[in-house]
Amino acid sequence: MYVAVKGGERAIENAHAWLAEERRGDRAVPELTVAQIREQMALAVNRVMAEGSLYDPDLAALAIKQARGDLIEAIFLIRAYRTTLPRLGASRPVDTAAMACIRRISATFKDAPGGQVLGPTFDYTHRLLDFALMAECDVPPAPEASATPGPVPHITGFLNRDGLIQTEAAGEATPPDLTREPLELPASRPLRLQALARGDEGFLLGLAYSTQRGYARNHAFVGELRIGTVAVEVDIPELGFAIEVAEIELTECETVNQFAGSKTEPPQFTRGYGLVFGQTERKAISMALVDRALRWRELGEDFLGAAAQDEEFVLSHADNIQATGFLEHIKLPHYVDFQSELELVRRIRAEAELAQAQPEAAE
Amino acid sequence: MNDYTFAYLDEQTKRMIRRAILKGVAIPGYQVPFASREMPMPYGWGTGGVQVTAACLTPEDVLKVIDQGADDTTNAVSIRKFFQRTAGVAVTEATVEASLIQTRHRIPEAPLTEAQILVYQVPIPEPLRFLEPREVETRRMHALEDYGLMHVKLYEDIARHGEIATAYAYPVKVEGRYVMDPSPIPKFDNPKLSDSPALQLFGAGREQRIYALPPYTRVVSLDFDDHPFVASKADHACDLCGAGDTYLDEVIIDDAGGRMFVCSDTDHCGSRRRAGHVGRLGVPGKEVA
Amino acid sequence: MMMATGSAAPLFSVRGLTKRYGARIGCADVGFDLFPGEVMGIVGESGSGKSTLLNCLAGHLVPDAGKVIFDTRTDGPRDTLTMSEPERRMLARTDWAFVHQNPRDGLRMGVSAGGNVGERLMAVGARNYGAIRATALDWLGRVEIAADRIDDRPSGFSGGMQQRLQIARNLVTGPRLVFMDEPTGGLDVSVQARLLDLLRGLVREMGLSAIIVTHDLAVVRLLADRLMVMKGGHVVEQGLTDQVLDDPQHAYTQLLVSSVLQV
Repeated sequence: MYVAVKGGERAIENAHAWLAEERRGDRAVPELTVAQIREQMALAVNRVMAEGSLYDPDLAALAIKQARGDLIEAIFLIRAYRTTLPRLGASRPVDTAAMACIRRISATFKDAPGGQVLGPTFDYTHRLLDFALMAECDVPPAPEASATPGPVPHITGFLNRDGLIQTEAAGEATPPDLTREPLELPASRPLRLQALARGDEGFLLGLAYSTQRGYARNHAFVGELRIGTVAVEVDIPELGFAIEVAEIELTECETVNQFAGSKTEPPQFTRGYGLVFGQTERKAISMALVDRALRWRELGEDFLGAAAQDEEFVLSHADNIQATGFLEHIKLPHYVDFQSELELVRRIRAEAELAQAQPEAAE
Repeated sequence: MNDYTFAYLDEQTKRMIRRAILKGVAIPGYQVPFASREMPMPYGWGTGGVQVTAACLTPEDVLKVIDQGADDTTNAVSIRKFFQRTAGVAVTEATVEASLIQTRHRIPEAPLTEAQILVYQVPIPEPLRFLEPREVETRRMHALEDYGLMHVKLYEDIARHGEIATAYAYPVKVEGRYVMDPSPIPKFDNPKLSDSPALQLFGAGREQRIYALPPYTRVVSLDFDDHPFVASKADHACDLCGAGDTYLDEVIIDDAGGRMFVCSDTDHCGSRRRAGHVGRLGVPGKEVA
Repeated sequence: MMMATGSAAPLFSVRGLTKRYGARIGCADVGFDLFPGEVMGIVGESGSGKSTLLNCLAGHLVPDAGKVIFDTRTDGPRDTLTMSEPERRMLARTDWAFVHQNPRDGLRMGVSAGGNVGERLMAVGARNYGAIRATALDWLGRVEIAADRIDDRPSGFSGGMQQRLQIARNLVTGPRLVFMDEPTGGLDVSVQARLLDLLRGLVREMGLSAIIVTHDLAVVRLLADRLMVMKGGHVVEQGLTDQVLDDPQHAYTQLLVSSVLQV
C-alpha cells in the first residue's frame, strides 16, 4: 500500500542539526570566534553590513559565522533582524568632507589639498599567495606618521568652483525610505541611490562594467575615492541640538563623467555618486557608474537601451535577498502546477495524434 | 522568541498591512502596493502570505497551513511552526476547524465558510507580467482597463494548440473590472474563487503587493464564448479514498512507470477515508497516521 | 471631391495647433477641417513639421496650444486634447487608426497574423474565437495575404506583407479616421504601387477619412482629395490636390512640384 510522504517536521529538525554540525566542521580545529571574523574578515563584514543595511560589525560577523561564510545568507540574517528593530529617529546627513580618511585618491588630479593617501589597499600588491600565512605569523607594525589635521575638501568642489562640473543642489525634502514604503517607479534619485547602496555588489559590478564596455558608456574617471570614519549626529528635540551617537566607516566615490552642454549652456562635466558602509571600494565605484548611467533623462541624454540605464530593470533586480529567495523557491514543491501542465500536454498531444491519424477528416 | 511581538511583526507594520488589506477589500482584484518587510524566511517562500497572516491573526485563531494542498509538506510545516512559535496560536490540519488558512497553490476541497479567511502566497501578482515586463506599463493597462492583450494570448493558445494552454495561475476578471492572477492554483480551483463565503487575501512579499476578494465576489475565468473555460483535472478517481471530484497528485510508484493518483488535499482525503471511503489501492478501515 | 459643398459637419477640426521643442518650432498655428470620407495629404521635406503635426493630431504628442476636435459617435464634437486618458485610448482603438511607416512599430511581431488582426476586436470586447478568426481571415483576404498564413508570425513576412497586415490590423474595427505616416516609406517601388492600389480601393470602398503624411507626391496624387504643404512648421499652402499640384502658388510648393527640391 502506498503511504504518502510524511514527517516533514522531523526531516526539518534533522536537517537543522546536520547543518549545525557541518557549520562547526572538524572539532579538532579550534572554533572561530566572532571577534576573529570581525577583525580578520573585515571586508566580508563590511559587505554584509552594506548590503544588510545595518552598521554593526559584531552582528555582521556573527551572521557570517552562522551562515558558514555564505555572505548572501549572512546579509539575509542581518536584514531579517534589522526589520524588527524599532525606528528611533533619523540622523543628520553625514559630512563626508569632515571624514577622517584612511585612504583618499583622485584619478583626475595629480595632487590636491589633502593629498593622495594610498591607505590599506590591495591595489599594488602582487597577487602571489603568501604561504607564510599558512602558519601563524605575527605581522610587524606598519610605519606611522601623524595625521594631517583638518577637513579634506572634495575634489569635485574644486571643479565646481570653476563651474566645470554640474552642481548638485542640496535637497530640502526628506528622502524616501525604501524599507518602509513600497518601491514606486519612476523613482527619484535619492531612492535610486538608496537601492543601489544596499544592492548586490556583483550585480552592480557587472552593470558598471557593461557601461565601460559601451552599453551606455559615460566616460567615467574616479574624481575621488575616500574611505574613513565620519560622525553620525542625531537631532535631539528635547535638547535643541544634535549629539554625536556613533562613528562609522564609509567609502565614498565621486566620478567625473563626460560633459554635457549645448550652444546655450557651456559644457560641464557630470557626476555619479556612490556611498557605502565600510571599506567597500569596488561597490562604491560600481554604484557611482550605475548612478550616472541612470541619470540619462535628467541630463538630456538618449536612452540607448542599455541595461544600466533602465531604472526599472536595475532597481527590480539589484536586491540579492529578493533575487536569491525567488531563484531558490523553484526548488519548493510545485507538483500541483506541474500536474496541471502534465495533463494539458498529454491532452494536447492526444488530440494532435488523433488529428494526424486521420488527416483527411481534419479539414 | 520572547523579544518579538505577537505574530512576529511589530504593531505599526501590522497596521500598515491591515490598511493595505482594507484597501484591497474595497477594490476587489486591485493590487495594492505595500511596504513588504524582510521576513526571517526567503522571498518567494511565502513572505507575502506570512505577512498577511500575521496582520490578520488574533490569539483566538485556529491556523491551518497547506502547501500543494498538503499540511505536511516541508514549507507548510515550517510556516506553521513559525506562527506556533511567534503567535502561540492553535493549529489544525482540519479545514473545517480552521479560522485562518494560509495556502500555497491550492484551495481546499471542503467548502469554506463566512467565518474563515483564506490567505494565498503569491509569487508574481501581475497577470500581465509575461506579456508586458514593465510595471509602469502594466499599472497603466490596469488603470485604463486595457486588457485586449490578455485575450490575444488566449487566442494565440487556441490557434497553436487548439485550446487555451494555461493550466495554472489562470487569469480571472473580478467583478467585471480588474484582471487578476489567482496565484498558481490549478485552474481546477478557479471556480471556487467566485462567490466564496470566505474572505480571500493574496500576499506577494517580494513584489510588495496585496489584493483581495471579499466574500461573495464574482470572479470569472477569462475565455472565449466558443472555447469556454473548463476546470480540468486528471481523469481518475483518488486511489486512496475513491473521490472522483478532487484535484489529484500523480505519484510514480515503481520503475515500470506504474502510477497512482491521490488527492492533493491531504485533509480531505484523510477525512473521507476515516468516513469509510476506499479507493482502488486503499485499505478499508486503515487509519492514517 | 465629395463633401466639398460644406453642408455636412466636419469629422475632424483642428485650430491653432502649435508644438514647440524649446525654442524650435515643431509646428505652428495649424488649422483645417476634414469632412467625412475625405483624404488629406500633408507634404513637406524632412523637418518641415509634418510628422510632429501628425503625432499631435493622433494624441501621441501633447501640443502646446490649439484644439483637435473629433466628431465622436456618442457625444458629438469633442476636443480630444481635453479628453481623459481612458477616453482617448478608447478612441484610439475604435474610431481611430494609426498606420506607422515601419510596420514593426505597428505590429506585434511575436503574435500570429490572425492575433494581430484580432487584437483590436478583442480589446473592444469580442469574445467569440470563431468569429474573431473569421473576421481576421476576411481581412487577410482583403489585404491580399493568403489564408494559410493566418497562424504565422509577421517576422517571416516580406516588408510589403507586413505593411498590408498592419493596415488590416488597423481597419478591422471600421475606424472613421485613419492617420498614416509615410505608409509606403520603406518599400520597393513595385511593392509601393501595389500597396497604394490596395489603399485606394479600401479608402473608397469603406468611405474612410484619412490624413496621410508623406514626402512622395505620387502618393498624394493618387490618394488625397486635399493637400497641405508644410515648411518650417508652418502651412504654406493648402487646397484641392490637383489644384495645388498643377498650379502651385507658393514658391516652396513650386519647387516641390518641379522636383527641384530633393525631398
